[in-house]
Amino acid sequence: MSIDDLYRELILDHYKSPRHHGRLDPADASAEGQNPLCGDELTVTLRLGADGETIEDLAFDGHGCAISQASASMLSEEVIGRKVADVAAITTDEAPLVAMMIESGTPLTPIRLKCALLGLGVLKVALHKSAGTPLPEEWAGIEEVDFE
Amino acid sequence: MGQTEKLDARRIRADFPIFERLVGGKPLAFLDSAVSAHKPRQVLEALGDFYEHSYGNVGRGVYTLAERANEAYEKAREKARKFVNAHSPREIIFTRNTTEGLNLVAYAWGLDNLGPGDIVLASELEHHSNFVPWQEVARRTGAEFRVIPVSSEGELELDALEQVASGGDLKIVAITAISNSLGTIVPVERLIRFAHERGALAVIDAAQAAPHREVDVQALDCDFLAFSGHKMCGPSGVGVLYGRSELLERMSPFMTGGGMIRRVSVEKTTWAELPHKFEAGTPPVAEAVALGAAIDYLDGIGLDSIAAHEHELTAYALERLGELPGVTLYGPPLERRAGIVSFNLEGIHPHDVAQILDAEGVCVRAGHHCNQPLMRKLGVAATSRASFYLYSLPEEIDRLVAGLERTQKVFA
Repeated sequence: MSIDDLYRELILDHYKSPRHHGRLDPADASAEGQNPLCGDELTVTLRLGADGETIEDLAFDGHGCAISQASASMLSEEVIGRKVADVAAITTDEAPLVAMMIESGTPLTPIRLKCALLGLGVLKVALHKSAGTPLPEEWAGIEEVDFE
Repeated sequence: MGQTEKLDARRIRADFPIFERLVGGKPLAFLDSAVSAHKPRQVLEALGDFYEHSYGNVGRGVYTLAERANEAYEKAREKARKFVNAHSPREIIFTRNTTEGLNLVAYAWGLDNLGPGDIVLASELEHHSNFVPWQEVARRTGAEFRVIPVSSEGELELDALEQVASGGDLKIVAITAISNSLGTIVPVERLIRFAHERGALAVIDAAQAAPHREVDVQALDCDFLAFSGHKMCGPSGVGVLYGRSELLERMSPFMTGGGMIRRVSVEKTTWAELPHKFEAGTPPVAEAVALGAAIDYLDGIGLDSIAAHEHELTAYALERLGELPGVTLYGPPLERRAGIVSFNLEGIHPHDVAQILDAEGVCVRAGHHCNQPLMRKLGVAATSRASFYLYSLPEEIDRLVAGLERTQKVFA
């Protein structure tokens, strides 16, 4: 898939009309993250269901490149209604846009991968923070950037 | 001094093997020399020749090869001295890059000479490498770190100088000669004078200046000046720090170890002569030799010719980009701007711009350019940046403009 097609078919729809965009208030968990390389910023807020284990609602807010914002939007569609434990276990290769690119035979370059994984990273930080569990090692770096 | 000779970029381009290659099936439109420049055959051959015929460590062996290596390394130092018109080769320290040179000054001078009540002055234009080391050394010593503000056009607000330097003992003015993200040509002479009038030292980041225009440390009267080899057609891994010898002599070393000592005992160690006192460990020997070849190459073309060529390209780029709807240009007017043009396309993140341009073989930098405080001031997270060098051609700018139009279509 050419880069133009990739943008046209996968990314721009979500970038221009992001799903679940904004902030939930009150929220059961939240986290903020940045991709220092290009200045992408994302905040996630989420609410858990009565069982305390299901992501009932979630919203991403932020700005940055189309890949970072679109992948967060895709992720939001994928995780609402799912169990926290399952979402916390999503690997980098399984992140929405990343998986599609791997499947299409044109995986994202390492630098763009950071953009595409910001949403998942921030969501994981929020989940682990609220559960009081340590962040998996592969995400450790993300906590070093400005979290409040 | 004769008239500036017009540079033939097409002929120069033939010296650079990278431009013979197709990248992603496309010839390169390389508009990112401010991040690092490509290398001419003359430099690559000097590097290869040195490894093949003369390689050895320096300052150690007595055999012929070691002597040869030593001679080549010191010859390169002499070329670097002449390049910036330093008084003596003792004032030329080979580093890894500009960042290391600036850290050397910040730590080796700053830790011993800064304290509470002192002011370290940088500017909002600084690359992080001339910003963070000073901020950090100020934090460690209790000195105050301040910045000269910039205008919305990316020029230093010199009217604020008196005020921002008041209420303490000004010790350091650390300033870039040319802004890496906006191309602003900074009136460093005035800032150096200002520093000296107050008994402060002037530290110049010449990373974007030395490759593109004449730099004369004696005419500038600066105390320290740092630049990188890789931005001036030299190899990566070598840079130069100029320091006034009377300052370097009084300073403690930055790093200690082999090659920088006079005598070591359990009780006490004394330091080697300048410049070796600041070159602990095996230096980038071959890289320094190849940097010498890069200096010869640039001298052969003439820095005035290079500057004039880049000026023409910058004028053309500003004109072409200015015609595009939805383009915001950042930085000062042409007459106070070096060969760097930062811009944004309305509603499109620079990373997306750069990615779509890349598919066309057009290389620009997208990001904050290690200038986060400046980006904040401009009210943007990032910009796209095109930068020019001696091998840049106007048709590369045409390809950039065509690529931007294409990007706008994709995002339409």
